[in-house]
Amino acid sequence: MSYISTTTRRRGRRTSTTLATVGLALTLGGCSLGGTTPGEETAETPSGDASRPAETGPVVVATHESWALPDELLARFTEETGYRVDVQAAGDAGALTNKLVLTKGSPIADVAYGVDNTFASRAVSEGVFADHEPADQPASADELELPDEAGAAALTPVDYGDVCVNVDDVWFREKGIEPPRTLADLTERTYQDLLVTPGATTSSPGLAFLLATIAEYGEDGWQQYWEELMANGTRVTSGWTDAYTVDFTAGGGGGDRPIVVSYASSPPFTIPEGKRRPTTSALLDTCYRQVEYAGVLQGASNPEGAKAFVDFLQSQEVQAALPDNMYVFPVDDSVELPEVWARWAKTPQDPLLVDPATVADRRDDWLTTWGEITTR
Amino acid sequence: MSRSGGTRLWAIALAVVPLAFLSVFFLLPLSGMLARGFWVDDALDLSGLTETLARPRVHRVLWFTAWSSVTATAVTVLLGLPVAYVLYRLDFRGRQALRAMVVMPFVLPTVVVGVAFRTLLAPSGPLGSLGLDGSSVAILAAMVFFNLAVVVRTVGGLWESLDHRREDAAAALGASPAQVFRTVTLPALKPGIVSATTVVFLFCSTAFGVVLTLGGLRYGTVETEIYILTTQFLDLRAAAVLSVLQVLAIVVLLLLAGHTRARRSQALERTGARSRVRRPGRGDLPAIATTALVMAFVAAPLLTLGARSLRQGDGWGLDSYRSLGTTGEGTALLVPVTTALENSLRTAVDATVLALTLGVLVAFLVSRPTRTAGERRGRALLDGLFMLPLGVSAVTIGFGFLITLDRPPLDLRSSPLLVPVAQAMVALPLVVRALVPVLRSIDPRQRQAAATLGASPVRTLLVVDLPAAWRPVLAAAGLAFAVSLGEFGATSFLARSDRPTLPVVIYQLISRPGAENFGMALAASVVLAVVTVTVMGVVERLRVGSMGSF
Repeated sequence: MSYISTTTRRRGRRTSTTLATVGLALTLGGCSLGGTTPGEETAETPSGDASRPAETGPVVVATHESWALPDELLARFTEETGYRVDVQAAGDAGALTNKLVLTKGSPIADVAYGVDNTFASRAVSEGVFADHEPADQPASADELELPDEAGAAALTPVDYGDVCVNVDDVWFREKGIEPPRTLADLTERTYQDLLVTPGATTSSPGLAFLLATIAEYGEDGWQQYWEELMANGTRVTSGWTDAYTVDFTAGGGGGDRPIVVSYASSPPFTIPEGKRRPTTSALLDTCYRQVEYAGVLQGASNPEGAKAFVDFLQSQEVQAALPDNMYVFPVDDSVELPEVWARWAKTPQDPLLVDPATVADRRDDWLTTWGEITTR
Repeated sequence: MSRSGGTRLWAIALAVVPLAFLSVFFLLPLSGMLARGFWVDDALDLSGLTETLARPRVHRVLWFTAWSSVTATAVTVLLGLPVAYVLYRLDFRGRQALRAMVVMPFVLPTVVVGVAFRTLLAPSGPLGSLGLDGSSVAILAAMVFFNLAVVVRTVGGLWESLDHRREDAAAALGASPAQVFRTVTLPALKPGIVSATTVVFLFCSTAFGVVLTLGGLRYGTVETEIYILTTQFLDLRAAAVLSVLQVLAIVVLLLLAGHTRARRSQALERTGARSRVRRPGRGDLPAIATTALVMAFVAAPLLTLGARSLRQGDGWGLDSYRSLGTTGEGTALLVPVTTALENSLRTAVDATVLALTLGVLVAFLVSRPTRTAGERRGRALLDGLFMLPLGVSAVTIGFGFLITLDRPPLDLRSSPLLVPVAQAMVALPLVVRALVPVLRSIDPRQRQAAATLGASPVRTLLVVDLPAAWRPVLAAAGLAFAVSLGEFGATSFLARSDRPTLPVVIYQLISRPGAENFGMALAASVVLAVVTVTVMGVVERLRVGSMGSF
């Protein structure tokens, strides 16, 4: 009896071992990335295929990790222009800019999208971009161009987002405290230990917030402001994610900070299920405007395709897709916003701004000083 | 003489393939970045060296990197040993499940672990009263959390396969349990411990995501500093100086490890008699208590993660898991999470095959018996070279790819193959580390006997080496697979938007607004951990009775 049960058990184990081996072999044989799938084939078509006319070669787009335009839109671009799109998305805006600067002369793509106004001047002065201005740029986009001539010629504004201080209105209502309104309010005793912000050296909204304070208090005054901010118990995290989802009271993580540095477009995402109003709002006097640009790369192997793609990014269809897919505002103000955005994602009339050329010049110093103040 | 010359030629021929791979995908990009830092206007400019090393911030960073990785490594090894003992030497229900749980942290994306840790430690969290949020203790804890698996599996696998008769003999001769451990067990485990310590140290000293998330801005390591210098300040000079320091640190570490290993010349005895697992006894209480504490420590962040993934508005539910087939709230993603999982699995298969093929070659060459000092040095060099990728910043290599692999015949920087290649580079050293001790432990006399009986070298390989090595090879495959599934640093830099892997998608979800996206990110992390553990579990089944898993 016991003998039989032992053998059965042993056989059972051997069978499962065999099955596992077979499973592994099948996985190895069947699942390789090297296997051909439709995506693979299109991606692998070499750009230098001599039998094709140059116009139908791919346009290679370098962009950042937030890229999320749907494939249907890109398919429409291909239909209209004949160019296939090959998107290479990785890193944040800073990493993207520095990649472009490093590979100047042997560009990684034909066109770049996602360099923002905090990094743009560095890229333009390094000569990364070739001049191109879309013929029918919407009037509302003109205001968002880089202020200097070289920058305006090289880069085309595509979208913008406002980094603003957000507050948890429910928290403040329950405590019976008036929420803050301005940057100056944040240093008051009433708001001690209530603010959390992502860091300026490690996060793009963090940098924007630092620039907002520089715009407000000037190149000589912001240091004092930050010392007061830190003395008032401000918490600095490395990224937006944990500031919002761990520390913010309304970010789902049950945090203890009802004031957070986030975006003007964040409030619509806090509308509770079945309700109509968001539980948070953005303070419109604290906003810094980040503008994202696209530009044709100097030395692109497909400059015509690159130009067509820049124009395409300003087209109505792409502009209309930006809010839902990439959480940013279109530069074309004639485009209709999604309903919740139109209602709850208010944008400031007069956002804070620092001249991009000054940013490029002084950024490293500012970040070093800021790092010293916040880690003291 | 002529025969040994022939063997050497043959060895060199075999070494060419992995060396070429390493040169193109690691040494070339690394030297490209170093050249950008040190060559200014066509001349060698070393002024960056003194200037960078004089910065107070760099001092702080170097000091923190050194002490945090030494401390974290020491703690990981000290805690890992009792856990390895309990999970691999004692017989109790549920130990398979516990073994699987230890591996889970290893593959979780660091940003997710960072959020899980901070959810626990933030002043508002359940452990907020400890005041550990943003402290160096939190960073150390996370490093230990990630790397326990390395120690437990490496040492546990070795421990499991020790011949218990030597311990029995010592005990019969009157040695106390402590004496047995010190004089018999510990020396036998030493190769595994040295191996694990080296790997853990390299992982700790290049920790990136956890340091950024948990350290806030107060703490920086050489790795985070290189990242900030390269992507934010574009200060390639300073970044190059720090990269050189990283390489130097690995060389010193490997020399130390080699020195420790050299003093142990005895070949491990691998008899048919495997150590018996036994019921826990009273003497095991301290080890069991330590293990229970360690498991609680590993479980806490995992449970936090699981719980938050089930959160749904004010209640609980499976919505986050149901939406894994979608592209998120407001189409945050280009492909559904399920597709990303498929991409991850496919990529991992490629990376595993690559790492395994090259790793087996390298391990084979490194473990051959050496006759001359020159040969020994050559093999040690080969061994060391393949450890380098573990200790050098992924950012440096990633940027290096862009500036060096840009023209024919190496016009590879936009090739979809770069992702599995980069992942294989991380897995390769682990494969080598897993196989070398096993291959070294094969008694050379067995091979000689086979040769005397007329077996050709190939046949000797098949009848002597292969039977001993096939299970560790599979174990290494499981590990390489896990590493590849979890790899984020290099992958995020290289992944194409139409082919994102699961960790990349998790990162995208967690960086976007919306509670639904956040829930999905956590659910996807849970899925990633479960898939990995399942794969490792399959391997565990195949691995019955092997030694030196990784």
